Amino acid sequence: MNVAEDCRKYGTVLWQCPQFLFFIMGILIIISVMFSFSLGKRYIDNPQVTLLLILSLTGVLLSIAFIITRSFEQLAEANRLKTEFVSIVSHQLRSPLTNLKWGLDFLMGEGAARNQQETGYFHILRENIGRMHELVNDLLTVSRVEQGTFPFQEKEFELQELIKQVLVEFQSASLASNVEIQVEGKRIPKLYSDPSLVRHVLGNILDNAIRYAWKDVEAAPQGKRERNRIVIRLKDKGSSVRVEVEDNGVGIPAEDQKYIFQKFFRSSNAVRRQTEGSGLGLFIVKSLLEKAGGHIGFTSEENKGSTFWFTLPYGAKTYKEITQPTRG
Amino acid sequence: MKQILFIEDESAIHKTFSDALAKEDYEITSALDGEIGLRLAKEKKPDLILLDLVLPKLNGFEVLKALKADEATKAIPVIVLTNLEQMEDIQKAIDLGARTYLVKSNYDLSEVVDMIKKASKEA
Repeated sequence: MNVAEDCRKYGTVLWQCPQFLFFIMGILIIISVMFSFSLGKRYIDNPQVTLLLILSLTGVLLSIAFIITRSFEQLAEANRLKTEFVSIVSHQLRSPLTNLKWGLDFLMGEGAARNQQETGYFHILRENIGRMHELVNDLLTVSRVEQGTFPFQEKEFELQELIKQVLVEFQSASLASNVEIQVEGKRIPKLYSDPSLVRHVLGNILDNAIRYAWKDVEAAPQGKRERNRIVIRLKDKGSSVRVEVEDNGVGIPAEDQKYIFQKFFRSSNAVRRQTEGSGLGLFIVKSLLEKAGGHIGFTSEENKGSTFWFTLPYGAKTYKEITQPTRG
Repeated sequence: MKQILFIEDESAIHKTFSDALAKEDYEITSALDGEIGLRLAKEKKPDLILLDLVLPKLNGFEVLKALKADEATKAIPVIVLTNLEQMEDIQKAIDLGARTYLVKSNYDLSEVVDMIKKASKEA
């Protein structure tokens, strides 16, 4: 029996792995039987009674151990199947989505005759295909993170340079939402990590900060009618870098804050402001960062704004394995 | 007129590509599984092959391997067009001789058409 191999299959931490639990239970049973035997020998005169007691105790303990480990095994297997199911379904969804996307690209291509109403509907279709595509990609990422198969590619890179590139990508969105973005902090050493991971994390946090900026400054509460602003700060923390993204947007309601990194959670703000999203973004960001040896957190006050921060070690050449799937 | 062999099991994509590339003066031959694709590649010797990886009968890797093992077809450039995006799949296809590896859902139709035009010019 290869315990390590079986535990890897379930993607659980060692102490939650059914095979490992069974092994530990076995040791505990042997210890308790030996202990009971020494007690029986000391306090019970009749060896037959001692033997009967020991056999009964062993039987009861073995039954309990079997039931517990079997339950854990079923839970772990259900979780593995769920993750596998999500992965397969997401892959299967990609092909018809590509067909739809490319078919629409063709219809919307140069030279295609259509009136204004048709153009409007084509844009709605394109937007919704895009949303579905993003959702499928998010589900695939979640399933890869949970299975521990997310493809990280580490290399050396300049964080400041990467931030500049990310800001270029967000230029039109920040202009459209009237948000000014500043970067503060002196030059920091090069990072040895996965640049696409950092791009994903920073992109997600910035995207949220822009989405939850005040759409109409006049609608902001009294005393809050200032320009929408995001400040990105870089801080050298010795062995790691800390990136902070501070905004003066709508903030997160206090009652929602403890759920913000949960899978599929959308805050009441998101629902009220009708922003799009699957509720997977921050869950993915947190899972990926933890896998890369980093951390994420935030402080927020409703109507005042939020500051999200994350840390990443400078030279984490060996990523920690995610072995504990998040339930949800 | 440049000849392109498109080996892909989704007929909807064949239709879209045929229509999109017809404007660009290309002749598209369609194969809906790996076996037919391999046979047509040997018969027609196209200028370029577009190859999906998830295919009935012979999968894309097997087709690619057979194409590169045959003197008659080994020089034909192959663009892999798939929705598989795991690093090991990409590496395997490149090692087997694919010229380009495109993950379908990451590109617009016009971008893919541009890449095909560029690759067929180089062919």
